[in-house]
Amino acid sequence: MEVTLTINGERVSREVEPRQLLVHFIRDTPELTGTHWGCDTSNCGACVVLMDGKPIKSCTTLAAMCVGHEIRTVESLEVGGQLDPVQLGFHELHGLHCGFCTPGMLMTARALLDHNPNPTEAEIRTAISGQICRCTGYKNIVSAVRWAAEHEAAIKQEA
Amino acid sequence: MATMETATTERPIGFGRLKRKEDARFIRGKGTYLDDIRLPGMVHGAILRSPYAHARIISIDTSRALAHPGVAAVVTAKDLETLGLAWMPTISYDTQAVLAGDKVRFQGQEVAFVIAVDEYTARDALALIDVEYDPLPAVVNARKALDPDAPLIRDDKDGQTDNLASPLWEAGDAEATDRAFAEADTIVTRDIIYPRCHPAPLETCGMIADFNPKTGQLDIYNGNQAPNAHRTVYAHVAGLAEHMIRIRCNDIGGGFGNKVPVYPGYVCAIAGSIVAGVPVKWIEDRSENLMSTGFARDYVMHAEMCSKDGKITGLRVDVIADHGAFDSTAQPTKFPAGFFHIVCGSYDLEAAHVQVKAVYTNKAPGGVAYRCSFRITEAVYLVERMVDALALEMGVDPIDLRMRSFIAPEQFPYETTTGWTYDSGNYAATMREAMRIAGYDELRKEQAEKRARGELMGIGTSFFTEGVGAGPRKHMDILGLAMNDGADLRVHPSGKAVVSISAQTQGQGHETTFAQIVAEELGIPPEDVQVRHGDTDRTPYGLGTYGSRSTPVSGAAVAVVSRKVRDKARLIAATMLETRAEDLAWEKGRWYVKGDPEKGAMIEEIAAYAYSGEPMPEDMEGGLDAQVIYDPPNLTYPCGAYIAVVDVDPDTAAVKVRRFVAVDDCGVRINPMIVEGQIHGGLAEGVGIALMEVITFDEEGNCLNGSFMDYLIPTALECPDFELGETVTPCPHHPLGAKGVGESPNVGSPPAIVNAVIDALHETHGVGHIDMPCTPARVWAAMQGRPEPPQ
Amino acid sequence: MQTPAPFDYERATTVDGAIASLTEHGPEARLIAGGHSLLPMMKLRLATPDYLIDINDLELSYIEERMTEIRIGALTRHNELLDSDLLAMRFPVFRDAEEVIADPVVRNRGTIGGSLCQADAAEDLSAVCAALKANVVIKGANGERTVGMDGFYLGPFTTTVGAGEMLTEIRLPIRQGAGSAHEKVERRAGDFAIAAVSAALWLQGGTIAEAGVALAALGPSTIIVSRAEELLRGKAPSEELFVEAGEIASADCAPVPDGRGPADYKRHLAGVLTTRALRRAAARALQQEVH
Repeated sequence: MEVTLTINGERVSREVEPRQLLVHFIRDTPELTGTHWGCDTSNCGACVVLMDGKPIKSCTTLAAMCVGHEIRTVESLEVGGQLDPVQLGFHELHGLHCGFCTPGMLMTARALLDHNPNPTEAEIRTAISGQICRCTGYKNIVSAVRWAAEHEAAIKQEA
Repeated sequence: MATMETATTERPIGFGRLKRKEDARFIRGKGTYLDDIRLPGMVHGAILRSPYAHARIISIDTSRALAHPGVAAVVTAKDLETLGLAWMPTISYDTQAVLAGDKVRFQGQEVAFVIAVDEYTARDALALIDVEYDPLPAVVNARKALDPDAPLIRDDKDGQTDNLASPLWEAGDAEATDRAFAEADTIVTRDIIYPRCHPAPLETCGMIADFNPKTGQLDIYNGNQAPNAHRTVYAHVAGLAEHMIRIRCNDIGGGFGNKVPVYPGYVCAIAGSIVAGVPVKWIEDRSENLMSTGFARDYVMHAEMCSKDGKITGLRVDVIADHGAFDSTAQPTKFPAGFFHIVCGSYDLEAAHVQVKAVYTNKAPGGVAYRCSFRITEAVYLVERMVDALALEMGVDPIDLRMRSFIAPEQFPYETTTGWTYDSGNYAATMREAMRIAGYDELRKEQAEKRARGELMGIGTSFFTEGVGAGPRKHMDILGLAMNDGADLRVHPSGKAVVSISAQTQGQGHETTFAQIVAEELGIPPEDVQVRHGDTDRTPYGLGTYGSRSTPVSGAAVAVVSRKVRDKARLIAATMLETRAEDLAWEKGRWYVKGDPEKGAMIEEIAAYAYSGEPMPEDMEGGLDAQVIYDPPNLTYPCGAYIAVVDVDPDTAAVKVRRFVAVDDCGVRINPMIVEGQIHGGLAEGVGIALMEVITFDEEGNCLNGSFMDYLIPTALECPDFELGETVTPCPHHPLGAKGVGESPNVGSPPAIVNAVIDALHETHGVGHIDMPCTPARVWAAMQGRPEPPQ
Repeated sequence: MQTPAPFDYERATTVDGAIASLTEHGPEARLIAGGHSLLPMMKLRLATPDYLIDINDLELSYIEERMTEIRIGALTRHNELLDSDLLAMRFPVFRDAEEVIADPVVRNRGTIGGSLCQADAAEDLSAVCAALKANVVIKGANGERTVGMDGFYLGPFTTTVGAGEMLTEIRLPIRQGAGSAHEKVERRAGDFAIAAVSAALWLQGGTIAEAGVALAALGPSTIIVSRAEELLRGKAPSEELFVEAGEIASADCAPVPDGRGPADYKRHLAGVLTTRALRRAAARALQQEVH
């Protein structure tokens, strides 16, 4: 079947089987391999993207189910050469090692701040509790999101 | 002092908290991991795996799969036999089936390899392969593997009559140990299991093999921690010319020892590409990763420890090591139990005796992985649990017992009773720093108050010394290859540099830290030093990254090669300045004339000169570069003091790690930010291992933790906000004084947490030991006084 | 990653259309809403429907208060149930449970209808609805019927929703003096329960007019502890009463030993968590009564 999705504001059309998972549809799109996968059972969250502004696990969604919705991936965060505050925060405070969980974490962080601009440490930990990082021990990810929350207004002003 | 005005604390030239260069691509989602690579004409592989732990293969019918649209080939052991690839050698000098022919020997073992047009089709084809099995009884309990009636697993090996995987291995002095025990005041005995767990990096294992039949070139894309060693193995196993094999690792989504071994899937992908003449991509799914790739630990240990006059004096340890169905543990030859005999720990023992026996079982092969430092995780867990058990028996504070028994600073370099020479340490200072950060006395007060109210709080300590940075060629090798690492440094005419290393990052920040080493030694800013790695065609030979060896070995190599370049620069500067080399002094980035500091040459100027037509110093060729192979004179010995605070729910027995204090002494820290990050990550793994991570089997050998639904990895909610401290005892033999730290947090944290759980429960419930993982169910059983059934 | 076997797919635009499609395509057709129970099973090839009917476009996502009941549309997502202040005020057991159901990302997709119909004994919302004495509305080709939670589960992974039928709405009766709570123990955040208990009390004049006690993960399907409910009815709330109710829950559950724990530990948790849930439900009911 022909599936047309809106990914990062652009329409992407492809002939796929109904069983094609959203994560594969995204990854088969040129320049969109930033969304990863790491398990078979919807536990790891390496595949997290935003659908209509909310984090979802793209490995547990059919591409066909996303027709008519807005999908945003990590590649959408940098705009006009300007990195998003969450990206800057992760770099500033060493919130990533191998980088494999990072796109999913960034998208969840972005959605969290859009919904709750001043989250507590506990709220951040809860927000990312559906996603596994094997490298960082989470401490710096939490600090990175706090940094983004604290600097977001100033960064937007500068831009 | 740096001569570069641009140096700030934010952007150090040399050591310091430099933000990572590699972040740029990862935060944009522009990393290149294995599954991101698409090659023209590439096809996809999938592996059919055995549902049985132990069974004869009666027949394999691939006809339905072959007939499925989009399927290019279905490979079985018979096909591999014609290529001589049905079996492959392992790092432990055993053999492992690439595809099972006669028998399957663990659930999840590889039986057939499908090559198809895409991954969905490849998986569809797996369901169309018909295999007839005749199930056999399985050996699941390592303690029973050598029973006379135990089924023989390795009937493929000539002369193998039992399930012994490698003969008894001993270290220490049995007689001296007997004497120590005979003279002791207090003796404790424990049966302690370090259960099977799994490194489970977030990116699973896989490979793209691309054989060009016209040129004979084999291009491999593969996340692996030891690319040069793998290349040598493939040349040997597949009969290919080593110089025609190129392995590129690109970005790796975590290794933790899982990406050290050569897996059957790799050999299948290579064979598939050679036969089909197109690139073949094989990437395992998570179940395959958990059920078939290199697991970690699985040591069944029996130990006794004794003390005299308030000090620990002796240790006796007997281990049954479960190696799974094939012996593919990855450690230096001559060390079949890895470095387990460092089990005497941080204590000035009179005597110790260790013996380890390895057995085959019907489980996946492996054992050495998951930040284990070649079994030091098992050793430290054992000794630190025993010290706490001894303290309980003696009725003394567990930290006091450690303080009284530590190796003293003046005893370094210290030769242990099992043959290690620890380089440096001030254990008491490190321990005191941990106590200070934790507020140890306040914690004990709080514990007493809570206990009076029926609340169960525990405080647990561990102190570890580990040996990393393997290793000196006179002592160790892997498959006959010296555990040395190379470094090439080229400074270009503009003063920018490229350093090529043989270490292989999987997230440790090598692109930043190795540039910092060059910066520290030469004064070239890190942003002007490119670190080249992960490509066997463009990097020197070395044994890779595991065993925390990047800083001790590769880091040393980079320091030494930088100093070689600096020495060359000195000679060139002398020529430039028309003076003698001995009249020059160095400040970071510049050679200058002693007594006339205005007169000097900056490194960029020297570089430009080195490539110019100007006269060179005598006996020197032009250019500014150097090459080194570094043979470490010894291991390095980082240490640390960890304190965990846990709360145990008295009714549900759920355990929460409330606080975790980690004071590490890893010598000089090149990038403290990255060091701290490594520690956070390893501590999280320790929380997982102590509380929830385990791979278990039922009596038939079915793996019960083959997905992330049942192999539980801690989330941000289970990990506390780690509190770190440091002491710095430089390594006397390392050029930078650095020791390495990657595995320390995984080494030190599980015993601290388990000691804390027992500390919470000993007084009120009489709990003297509990095996990991301390899940609510297991903790509750311990609280009821149930004896632990041996696994 | 593991991938599903092939199937056909359509998007339903109306409830009647979805039901007609179900009937047309027979027993191998399945509805898919959030998909976070069905798709993982399909990826592991433990479920192989050959026809999926996507019902995400149907307008069945609402939480509405009527005079005597709150009505929740079957497609209401977990995160909406968690965020609903209306539900938190009337039935705080929902927020308790949603905080520990799966994880925040999965909660953006999973639905209450899907959770109830999956009929996993470990499902928290099944216990929540059972304790609250919910009625569910099931629609089929022949019209609608309403079933109480006590008749909804027929066995492991089996509900009364027949082939060609669809759960459309959950109705929670409103009575004065309500207090409710959910208690859960899990091996790790996001894991299924080792054991969980939902308790609801309705107080009138200082005594318990009605009680609901339901257990998750403590038997082949959700267990309503009728004997505990009988014990509680008509009595004044007290610690001793809640401990006794816990003992009944412990005796009447049928835990299956598995990787999460052995039967005796689960049985022990049934008692502990029932007592805890009742204690909190009573405290909340008393606050309500004062108002």
